Amino acid sequence: MPDKPKITPKVAIFATCINDVMFPETVIATVQLLERLGCTVEFPVEQSCCGQMFTNTGYFREGLGCVRSYVEAFSGYEYIVGPSGSCVTAVRDQHPMLAAQSGDAGLAAAVDDVVRHSYELTEFLCDVLEVEDVGAVFAHKVTYHLTCHSLRFARLGERPLRLMSKVRGLELIELEGFDQCCGFGGTFCVKNPDVSADMASCKAGYAVDTGAEYLVSLDNACLLNIGGVLHRAGSSLKPIHLAEILACGEGGL
Amino acid sequence: MSDNRDKEQGLGNESSAGAGGGAGAGLGVGTGTVASTHQRRTPAPPAGRLIDSPPFPAAAARLIGNQTLRANMRHATHTIRAKRAKVAAELPNWEQLRQAGAQIKDRLGRHLDYYLEQLEANLIANGAQVHWAADADEANRIIIELVKAQDVDEVVKIKSMVTQEIEMNEALEAAGIAAWETDLAELIVQLGHDRPSNILVPAIHRNRDEVREIFLREMKLYGKPAPEDLDNEPAHLAAAARAHLREKFLRAKVAISGANFCVADTGTLVIVESEGNGRMCLTLPDVLISVTGIEKLVPTVEDLEVMLQLLPRSSTGERMNPYTSMWTGVTPGDGPQEVHVVLLDNGRSRVLADPEGRAALRCIRCAACMHSCPVYERVGGHAYGSVYPGPIGAILSPQLRGINDAVDKSLPFASTLCGACAEVCPVKIPIPDILVHLRHRIVEEVKRKHLGLERFLMGVAGWAMARGRRFGRLGKLAGVARRLTGREYLRRLPGPAHNWTRARDLRMPPKQSFRSWWKKEHG
Amino acid sequence: MAETTGKERILAAVRAALSDVTVDDPVLDSPIDWQYGQATAVEQVLALFIERVEDYKAVVLSAATAAEIPQLIADCLQQAQATTVVVPPGLEPAWTTTAELDGLRILRDDPPLDKLELDGVSAVITAAAVGMAETGTIALDHRADQGRRIISLLPDTHICIIRRDQICTDVPQATARLAAAIRDKQPITWISGPSATSDIELSRVEGVHGPRNLYVLIAP
Repeated sequence: MPDKPKITPKVAIFATCINDVMFPETVIATVQLLERLGCTVEFPVEQSCCGQMFTNTGYFREGLGCVRSYVEAFSGYEYIVGPSGSCVTAVRDQHPMLAAQSGDAGLAAAVDDVVRHSYELTEFLCDVLEVEDVGAVFAHKVTYHLTCHSLRFARLGERPLRLMSKVRGLELIELEGFDQCCGFGGTFCVKNPDVSADMASCKAGYAVDTGAEYLVSLDNACLLNIGGVLHRAGSSLKPIHLAEILACGEGGL
Repeated sequence: MSDNRDKEQGLGNESSAGAGGGAGAGLGVGTGTVASTHQRRTPAPPAGRLIDSPPFPAAAARLIGNQTLRANMRHATHTIRAKRAKVAAELPNWEQLRQAGAQIKDRLGRHLDYYLEQLEANLIANGAQVHWAADADEANRIIIELVKAQDVDEVVKIKSMVTQEIEMNEALEAAGIAAWETDLAELIVQLGHDRPSNILVPAIHRNRDEVREIFLREMKLYGKPAPEDLDNEPAHLAAAARAHLREKFLRAKVAISGANFCVADTGTLVIVESEGNGRMCLTLPDVLISVTGIEKLVPTVEDLEVMLQLLPRSSTGERMNPYTSMWTGVTPGDGPQEVHVVLLDNGRSRVLADPEGRAALRCIRCAACMHSCPVYERVGGHAYGSVYPGPIGAILSPQLRGINDAVDKSLPFASTLCGACAEVCPVKIPIPDILVHLRHRIVEEVKRKHLGLERFLMGVAGWAMARGRRFGRLGKLAGVARRLTGREYLRRLPGPAHNWTRARDLRMPPKQSFRSWWKKEHG
Repeated sequence: MAETTGKERILAAVRAALSDVTVDDPVLDSPIDWQYGQATAVEQVLALFIERVEDYKAVVLSAATAAEIPQLIADCLQQAQATTVVVPPGLEPAWTTTAELDGLRILRDDPPLDKLELDGVSAVITAAAVGMAETGTIALDHRADQGRRIISLLPDTHICIIRRDQICTDVPQATARLAAAIRDKQPITWISGPSATSDIELSRVEGVHGPRNLYVLIAP
């Protein structure tokens, strides 16, 4: 029997720009999963992007619009949930810094408030809803890449593994160097193309070596990077976001 | 040595540029000798100055294709990474220790003027002579004068990052003084006409076969030759170094060292080492000159209990390094009877002036960040064009040198911000945060000067992202692009995006964004 | 105008850099969350000390009574094939009696021996100041029973006698015990196993410049 959520609150979904445009299936799966668990899901349309690309490349002023749009979209929500360790980390770790640098005290206060209500998906499932078994069925061999932001910044810990361990039929194969960066690094991949490509190919190589059918992670940006290498190499290993696995019911993918 | 070559070649990796020279050859330079008018006393290092190194991406592109270097680096970094993790986990209070280490260095940094004066007073009271050097030239001038006053033309020295930073060996060489490196790895680097590539294991990029060749070829030119039947066993190579250096230790009148810690409240200097070459230098000669950055102080003797737990576990991955020496000025009848300390600024006060960047001065030079770094692991230390490579080098070197040269403007971008470095740093330097801060400083500087494609693109993207509805409308263009190309993946892109498709395909966005789906389903 | 000294310029630059620091007292301004001198809980300090010293490939021996020490020292010297031995002026004279009977040349470092002379000596015997179980470390504070730093450096074999009550738990406890000697301006040497290097491919080699053989003799 799947776990019964402790509460079934209203949730504002933070789609993130990359998922909105490039990986809508991940956000759709997140919505379906949360609705299946009894939550009411809303999508505030004023949201855009976490601004991480700007901040991490040194363009603080250009990223400020993202901070404002995040505040505008999500202020007042108790639970804001995003299917990305990286984007949620950017909101939590960088928005306060950008707001402080802007000198806009009102914005800084609004950011502090909205940041406290922002959750990465597995945090929300494990810590707020207090569920591990979400009733998912996924009868496939998967291997799991811990993305840097999920591991070392969002500090998601064992949460993703606990959720995966309760998925019916799922067989998890350990990935060698699972905690090593895939080499994406935002604009790093174009500024330092040789090192980035080498890291991505190394990661893809280890993933293929597992013999898994799916490479699962909590950040589609990393999967875009590794998946690009897999596609070029003609590999049948398919990148997938954990939300899509957790949303799978009896019917499968 | 075959265990370190497994799985080296990743999947579909066709991106690596040409295959550089020998593993240790510096960048853009061969092993040519520096033009000089006098007969050199010591092996010539690679020509050229580090500051003139190519920007990181170009250097990395050359080094990443060198398979010997790759294998050596991978083996070394993975080995030491595992050792560090094991001994750090042994201490139940490791996280408290790191916190205390950070706080001790912060207390020191925030009151540096006070502690420097305290240290100086205690050193003088204990019979040492103190010298202050604002930059490399001043430091080298002071050191050369002190050596010449002894009427000698050679010194033995302990591995020291700060003497590399001021390029002391070459300054001494130009003054007719030979500086003999006595740390095994530094000896390999010096005899190999090479540059160090790691602050802990400077010859980390060399394997045993290369070391044997260097010893056989070079030792005989500078002192006791290596045995003719020398093989590549590390124990035999170390024995050759012992024999080669012993005559230099016994002969030397002057030794030069750095310092791992300088205790302000007692005037005690501390050197942490493994081989005993440090003890030789600190004990045998008549005169000892210690050069230290002004950030290497700790307030009290008691602070050593924190630092001496953090440093060995973080650097060599040992519970304790074989030898730690402490001396407090001159000890009558024991060791050098003339003791000098040179306190060096050389950009440190500039780093201190940036409240966001100054945490880099907490660094205790353990190299854990390098060993944990996936970028460093692939290209080695020479790619960083600085004495301090790896993640700490990427934040410390540009700040110390001022962000003026191409290499220093590239270093803060030489990281994926994966955070592995910050996780292992024994003094909790927020390296990714400082990298981002320096990127901002560099971008602001560029903005003042010219427009540029990147700035233009960022400006447009920032405008597009500033409003959700605007972003939504523009997002639809992505779907249009998909319809127009009719492809799920693109194999080749123009402009800067070419750097992506050189190595991987680009997944195209689907025809319908999430936003459009939501509008249809819930709108 | 008088030329400013290097010291004045550096201190001025440092003070200018720290204009954001407004609290003058370092301790008030920058707290350190650490209890100094506190040993971590270890049940079997002596057993741990032996285990950790042996980890470095040093040889550990225990003397049940003081009377056993001379014989144990002689055994170590024999094993190390030592012919000449240097001892610090304050070493317990009884400790070398057996070695002397065995025909070894015992040199007292009083008056101080020349470094070239010491380079030809095969072994040294010293007492110790503090032992650290957690890290397997011996600290010398170079008082009369341990002697000048050079005598425990040049000979290839070091036999170090440490009393049980000198062995403490860990680095914090040892630092607290050594602080007085440091404030007395004594030089200090921490020794953890024989000299070693991992500079070639990170593969550990015992014995480079310092003594290649370390014997630790635990006395009652």
